Amino acid sequence: MRNIYLKILALTITVVGIDLVTNAMDKTYYLTQLTMSLYYAMVVLALVLLMGYAGQISLGHAGFFAIGGYTTAVMSTINLLPYKDKPLINTLDKLRLLVLREDLYGDQILSFNPWVGVLLSLLIVAIVAYIIGIPVLKLKGHYLAMATLGFGIIVYRIVLGTALFGEADGISDVPAFKILPGLSINGEMDTKRMNYYIAAFFVVVLVYLLLNLINSRPGRALRAIHGAEEAAEASGIDTAKYKLKAFVISAVITALAGALLTHFNGGIGPSEASVMKSVRYVAIVAAGGMTSVWGGLSMAMILNFLSLRGYFGSYDDAVFGAVLILIMLFAPEGLLSLKIRTGIKKKTKQPHNI
Amino acid sequence: MAEPLLKVEGLSKSFGGLEAVKDVSFEVPRGSIKALIGPNGAGKTTLFNLISGNIRPDRGTVLFDGKEIQKLKTHRIASCGIARTFQHIQLFAGMTVLENVMVGLHTHLHAGFFSAMMRLPSSRKEEKKAKEEAMSILESLDIAELAYKEATSLAYGQQRIVELARALAQRPKLLLLDEPAAGLNIRETAEMGRLIERIRESGITVFIVEHDMSLVMKISDEIMVLSYGEKIAEGRPLEIQKDPEVIKVYLGEEEV
Repeated sequence: MRNIYLKILALTITVVGIDLVTNAMDKTYYLTQLTMSLYYAMVVLALVLLMGYAGQISLGHAGFFAIGGYTTAVMSTINLLPYKDKPLINTLDKLRLLVLREDLYGDQILSFNPWVGVLLSLLIVAIVAYIIGIPVLKLKGHYLAMATLGFGIIVYRIVLGTALFGEADGISDVPAFKILPGLSINGEMDTKRMNYYIAAFFVVVLVYLLLNLINSRPGRALRAIHGAEEAAEASGIDTAKYKLKAFVISAVITALAGALLTHFNGGIGPSEASVMKSVRYVAIVAAGGMTSVWGGLSMAMILNFLSLRGYFGSYDDAVFGAVLILIMLFAPEGLLSLKIRTGIKKKTKQPHNI
Repeated sequence: MAEPLLKVEGLSKSFGGLEAVKDVSFEVPRGSIKALIGPNGAGKTTLFNLISGNIRPDRGTVLFDGKEIQKLKTHRIASCGIARTFQHIQLFAGMTVLENVMVGLHTHLHAGFFSAMMRLPSSRKEEKKAKEEAMSILESLDIAELAYKEATSLAYGQQRIVELARALAQRPKLLLLDEPAAGLNIRETAEMGRLIERIRESGITVFIVEHDMSLVMKISDEIMVLSYGEKIAEGRPLEIQKDPEVIKVYLGEEEV
């Protein structure tokens, strides 16, 4: 597809357009929810890769999101000041991996540079996804759904029951993530706009990577596994390896979203690890048409924004459950399937002219 | 050329108490078309699946091009040079005809996740070449005009050809065809026969399971007959037609 750059350009214009419109409407406070929605959209896009391309369901992505978020939260809030004289801490400090800052109460604390936390969160999730993925991806359909669900529940209970992770309170006072001088992920009022654009940048890059993947050797291999696994294997595709790679890449993207959102929000709570969050991501992917990057992205932005603005009230989770049921019943190819179907023509009934 | 391309020795496979394939040995000579026939439930598809690695044998060896392959995984066997089609057509849903054929090229391409996602020049170049090669396969099979149709939306006979195109894209040495004429009408069957002969002429050895006797008798160099998992006859088409054992299996005991 030569027009991939046009698509990215259109997406970029939309990103800027949304900013200008909220500005013109004098609703710049929307940018906070939009930024959060963008990070959640990364999770949805990661699931489009896994579910839409490779055809492997995961009801455990909130688990990966939480591992990503909690890892960087712990690393950047842990106080190593009392151990400053220990050789290990001293070495870490000399390597400039630690930063001294003031916590919420004005006390000095010495903790890891957010760069360390974010990168470590990606590494940990990659390892966890790899270890989980090897046995779990041998399962198909409902069984895979249940196994990943089990993983999600385990993460949730661990987060909820561990003092290090703040139990029911979660972790707060997560500092800003200074990516580059002048470029920082945080929830400060005066950097709201910059943060919207940082999140949008990650989403645009991710869309670009995923669109590139569709029409490529590995992308076709994943879609072939989705379409007919036995034939894919007979075509020389190492289906187990491809499924595992897609699973790990998807999990790492999700962890990145979790880590970045945690720095943006300044904290993370156990609800991010809840099973309902995983169901929500799957519901959004379904609403977006499973295989569609654009459908997934637009549904993620719309539904998350409405949810974060509180439009669903206390029925938040119920709304996403209902979305999942209604989509499965009435529009299994996604809400956009009737209008914006690009590329492949809609599936027609198989004629039998024998 | 004395060494056969495929040499199967003492191959056996049971499912529970059922011995689906019993101690079967045979050879497929290079450049030949060999057919495997037998009544329903004779174990033909099982034998195919044992060769292509979809099922593991209990005993026996499969030598392909002088190399033991019965312990390899299916995708490894495929990359050794064995391509196959399926009795029940297995095309990739949600992908175009051209993409289906490009999947067949998988083992001959190199792009990984990184170079594909980053759209590196190497992956773009490879992609262009792959497209051209897939297109030329479609052209050689006279279905180039279907290239951008969704594969699973095509007519049955066309889907058979697409599956064949995908298998050919693997540039196989051995092509396993599991009932390629199943569901085809007489005209389509004759076309399929010519196609298979053309494939053999291009240097690919063909091993085929087929029920359509007129097709089998016309194109095969050798025929092997399987009944209840056992090989009961093997030889040239005319010999097989006259073989009393084969006649018994197909027509029942002769009453004189």
